Amino acid sequence: MISEKTAARFARETAKYPADQKQSAVMACLAIIQAEAGFVSAESEQLVANYLGMPPIAVHEVTTFYNMYNQRPVGRYKLNVCTNLPCQLRGGSDALKYLESKLGVVMGQTTPDGCFTLQQSECLGACADAPVLLVNDLTMCSFMSHEKLDQLIDGLQIPEGNSHASSE
Amino acid sequence: MQVVNDHAAASVLAQFAATGVQSCFHGRHIEPQILAGLNGRNWRLADYEARGGYQALRKILGVSGSPGQSASSAGDLADVGGGGGAGITPDQVITEIKASGLRGRGGAGFPTGLKWSFMPRQFPGQKYLVCNSDEGEPGTCKDRDIMQYNPHSVIEGMAIAAYAMGISVAYNYIHGEIFATYLRFEEALEEARAAGLLGDRILGSGFSFHLYAAHGFGAYICGEETALLESLEGKKGQPRFKPPFPASFGLYGKPTTINNTETFAAVPWIIRNGGQAFLEVGKPNNGGTKIYSVSGDVESPGNYEVPLGTPFAKLLELAGGVRKGRTLKAVIPGGSSAPVLPASIMMECTMDYDSIAKAGSMLGSGAVIVMDDSRCMVESLKRLSYFYMHESCGQCTPCREGTGWLWRMVDRIHRGHGKQTDLDLLNSVADNIQGRTICALGDAAAMPVRAMIKHFRHEFEAMIPPAAASAATTIPASHQAVGSHVRSA
Repeated sequence: MISEKTAARFARETAKYPADQKQSAVMACLAIIQAEAGFVSAESEQLVANYLGMPPIAVHEVTTFYNMYNQRPVGRYKLNVCTNLPCQLRGGSDALKYLESKLGVVMGQTTPDGCFTLQQSECLGACADAPVLLVNDLTMCSFMSHEKLDQLIDGLQIPEGNSHASSE
Repeated sequence: MQVVNDHAAASVLAQFAATGVQSCFHGRHIEPQILAGLNGRNWRLADYEARGGYQALRKILGVSGSPGQSASSAGDLADVGGGGGAGITPDQVITEIKASGLRGRGGAGFPTGLKWSFMPRQFPGQKYLVCNSDEGEPGTCKDRDIMQYNPHSVIEGMAIAAYAMGISVAYNYIHGEIFATYLRFEEALEEARAAGLLGDRILGSGFSFHLYAAHGFGAYICGEETALLESLEGKKGQPRFKPPFPASFGLYGKPTTINNTETFAAVPWIIRNGGQAFLEVGKPNNGGTKIYSVSGDVESPGNYEVPLGTPFAKLLELAGGVRKGRTLKAVIPGGSSAPVLPASIMMECTMDYDSIAKAGSMLGSGAVIVMDDSRCMVESLKRLSYFYMHESCGQCTPCREGTGWLWRMVDRIHRGHGKQTDLDLLNSVADNIQGRTICALGDAAAMPVRAMIKHFRHEFEAMIPPAAASAATTIPASHQAVGSHVRSA
């Protein structure tokens, strides 16, 4: 079931397109699902398919084609570290290695406490601020020296009491 | 959004948000048009209008008046082009854009006025205008700053383009990774709608124009215009075969014009000041300013808006020179797909479409990736090759398979397992990709390989063991794992 609030957000997206082209909103609807639930499940693909009147497999094609959709649950914070050439020249790969050792995981993995998922990413489009990383598909963090990475990780780990981040 | 609702986390994250101080508000632009007068806080409609914003749109619509006082009632105004004042006809707008020498800022450098004239203006059905803000070419980060700090320049430019081509609906497709900028642009759209600058009968004229924002979600290929259209239709972003070109068969099969963000943002200045003035800022056939995203081994990476034709040496100086006083080794002058040029050639170039093309590369998106003398070119190429393999959409066999071959060969050279024949094989594979695919991603993957080997062959040879010592000759490259866990760099 899609909540009323989610349905309203979906409706805002479909309103951008001609009435017979609702499928155009699939990218946005899946991003909304992900922001609310953390990942895109097969069930939510089905919901989106029903809402937009498109075959579920066409929704699944979108989920699997685009890099940012999580096809399985991720940690509370998904960290995407850019290691493409412009970032690499300014320590992007070092930043990824540093996070691997600090978090005790290798890229692609989630910390045992479920707090962080660490991923390598392709160009985030913020090359002048390198090295950069993207948190939960939304917040771009700039000039991420080792010192700033420490501040980021330590800062996000603290609010233990808020671990049940309101996802509504 | 978990994070947004979590105040503690939000305040932590806020510390690391881009401020634009280093990338944009450094005061080292030359004759800026798009980035002039910005400070990060003055992105709103009122600020834009105070800078002369929307005057160009008012001018073409023949709607006089200053910010805040739109034309009185719609009824007493004639149809499009014949507004309250003299107005400017769509043909005149296109003529002005042609005269300006404006060329597409997204990479191809195609003359904008000419592209606009391809739109079948008399087409009876719906036509579309699309802004390509899917800025994913490694090294490029200018459209992000334009939309973040001067979003209304894009909106006004698109409205003018739509007027010139008789289009009533448009989309701005924005790179999913800069989601915060997408939200900023949405906010700017709301402002424009509320002020009557978008919607039905704009400013009381007969011109109606609806503009919406859409976002990608992580696919480099969607920067290719037909892949972008597929994505905008809610599909996998796999490029279409051309022809037919979007001007005849674009979004939803309707005539569509697609321009880059920076191209649209340049338009209001041209209408306000005239095409000739724009042309005079640059050089013949290369009108206006260009925003260069300078990244890599410079003291001050950032966006620098300078006239086309500015010497590369000057641009390097604006960016603080090579980092730590080191020596310049090489430059990729137009985004990662552009062939690399050695320092000696680059220092002789001026930054414009023709000069860079003559030197054997391309201005592309204007992303200037600087490398100093400490850099290993094999390692650099390895990272780029991994990128193209990762981002190949999989549609064309030469690209899908070939990009993997390229990466695996560069990778084994980098690990000291290269073979004497690998450099020829690399060139051969690149040859067999280039020009044999539906879109330009194949070319983009092949060109860096050929240029790196052409200019820095000795570095590759130095990493390849002598023939006798090369043992691993029988392991098929395809047996090596490829997947999300493969670390390329």
